[in-house]
Amino acid sequence: MADLEYAEALTLALREEMRRDGRVYLIGEDIVLGLPFGVTRGLVDEFGPERVLNAPISEAAIVGSALGAAMAGLRPVVDMHFADFVTCAMDEVANQIAKSRYMFGGQVDCPLTLRMPYGIGRSAGGHHSNSVEAWFVNIPGLKVCIPSTPADARGLLKTAIRDPDPVLVFEHRALYRVRGDVPDTEVLVPLGQADVKRPGRDVTVIATARMVHAALAAAERLADEGIEVEVVDPRSLVPLDREALSASVRRTHRAVIAEEGPIRGGVGGWLAWVVMEDCFDDLDAPVARVAGPNIPIPFSPPLEAFATPGTEDVVAAVRQTLE
Amino acid sequence: MAGTAAPVRLACAARWLAPMRATWLSSVDLGALVPASGRTGPGERAFWCTLAPVIEPPHQALGPDRLVSLYATMLRVRLFEERVRELYAGGRLPGFIHLSIGQEAVAAGAAAALRPDDYVFSTHRGHGHLIAKGGSLRGLMAELYGKRDGVCHGKGGSMHIADVSVGYLGANGVLAAGCVLAPGVGLAIKHRRSGQVALTFFGDGAANRGPFHEGVNLAALWGLPVVFVCENNRWASSTAHGLSTAGGSIAARAAGYGIPGVAVDGNDALAVYDAVWLAAEAARRDNGPSLIEAHTIRWVGHFEGDPQAYRHKSEVEEGRRQDPIARLGHWLGERGLLDPPGAERVRAAVVGEIEDAVAFAEASLFPEPADALTDLFAEYPWRD
Repeated sequence: MADLEYAEALTLALREEMRRDGRVYLIGEDIVLGLPFGVTRGLVDEFGPERVLNAPISEAAIVGSALGAAMAGLRPVVDMHFADFVTCAMDEVANQIAKSRYMFGGQVDCPLTLRMPYGIGRSAGGHHSNSVEAWFVNIPGLKVCIPSTPADARGLLKTAIRDPDPVLVFEHRALYRVRGDVPDTEVLVPLGQADVKRPGRDVTVIATARMVHAALAAAERLADEGIEVEVVDPRSLVPLDREALSASVRRTHRAVIAEEGPIRGGVGGWLAWVVMEDCFDDLDAPVARVAGPNIPIPFSPPLEAFATPGTEDVVAAVRQTLE
Repeated sequence: MAGTAAPVRLACAARWLAPMRATWLSSVDLGALVPASGRTGPGERAFWCTLAPVIEPPHQALGPDRLVSLYATMLRVRLFEERVRELYAGGRLPGFIHLSIGQEAVAAGAAAALRPDDYVFSTHRGHGHLIAKGGSLRGLMAELYGKRDGVCHGKGGSMHIADVSVGYLGANGVLAAGCVLAPGVGLAIKHRRSGQVALTFFGDGAANRGPFHEGVNLAALWGLPVVFVCENNRWASSTAHGLSTAGGSIAARAAGYGIPGVAVDGNDALAVYDAVWLAAEAARRDNGPSLIEAHTIRWVGHFEGDPQAYRHKSEVEEGRRQDPIARLGHWLGERGLLDPPGAERVRAAVVGEIEDAVAFAEASLFPEPADALTDLFAEYPWRD
């Protein structure tokens, strides 16, 4: 096991996949220098500017060209810089990438990866902080994964790059410097395989990315009171490991769903429906949700803190299911 | 024809093409080429007038068979779409239909200048592009019917059809979408050094969308083998070119990106062929992208059923006077390459192909409703 940062684990995944497959190339803004989060730093030294393409600030061209290249046999990995900027390439993602295979009746593969650095923190403000994964979960034709640990980040990114379909990898900005064990051997994390990050018998908390860490902290605190929280990380939202989520809730009879984005129309609504559909007779309490308020992410630190769901919110939601 | 100037042997082309970017730009006076109205006159060959001393127009190297084939392609597009018009009016085809009747020279001229392994991105008005690229009429017609034997098994339809087997990477319901997709194919081509070209068609209305500018910039910046072909039919849906497009000329926009930009008479298949051939050849030789604006006239509505209250019918009459099929037919006739019986044989063969396609589509079954679930991902069934 190596102790790596989440960002370093992603770099490792890129390096391994670029060595393995000459069709894999990276494209994005400022990626030769590894900006803004260091994930691509140094890769140009090994793979050259032909495979680490510093693009102009042209999100539609970056994302659209990735689809063209994928249809013509390459394996692009797009660095979205900040996931918020995907709005400038929304047609390319929602209409072109998601639909080409389908509308063409399966004539083409679209093997491309969109790396989506996202999430709240450090007063980045309304255009650099949003949790937008729910938008893409709502678009048929895309696969969506959302790693919470360095090992998962590496394993999921590798899987995404090898997948014959378009995959979005949501990388939470606040996790890039989080450290964790990463296997020395090449371990791929399959899409659609949840992971129990902490076992417990009283309440299941289904959480993604940064909220996994909030849930683990909440579980630690509640353990002092004798409440055993099970933290389940779906790791990918499309496809979703419905069986694993439901199996956990059937054991605990209680479910909390924790995400960072706005509560209205969020991923949690979909997951709550899945839990209700699969486990209605097993539930001893209504499903509780933790999510952000329905506001843009504000700048000022106390305002941003207000918009940031965290450990306290998970603790409160767990208590709610136990009332 | 530009060939009235003393022709230079085609071998010169190689020398001329190598420093193409500089040569073309310096030899083409954009001001002279594109009048202030933003429109070249009928038959205008300013581009070739400028270049004639430098190079022989590429179409002069085409043999009789390929010239007649170019004529047949235009006729195939025309008659196919006229048949589609009837079928649509008769309620046989679902959805919306956008026809390119009158614009056939752009599709046929451009596709004739490409290799079979080159790629094409098309538009919502794309039947002609697909036919010209060699797509199967059966697969196309069955797709328009929404039948299971359609080339996309009924999932795409008129506006979203693709036939990857002939390098046709899709019509598109979103304007200028191909302008950012084609550079990606260009990257793949550059990566494998295959000498192919990615051509994207788009309309004059689409030239005002961001992806046009982003795509041209990227292709120019990285010298990608892309040919941007604007079909300027004067109308962005129902809004006149002059009311939607600043500066008038779309070809002139190329200058801002440092690439060749030329306007051609888009009702002259040979003019389109020449421009696309040169642009494609430059791209194959790693001289980067070009932008071609082909001025043409749509004889029909934006969509079938469009009452066209926005334009005077004299425009359609103007289009008919420039009928690209009649023009090439006349040109071939003058040179003894196609006599009236020959033209009739071509027509009969094309009609036979179209009726075969209609019969095929009529006989094909609709997909099963649950077929709606296939083709979403590489694996099937997929997990939600």
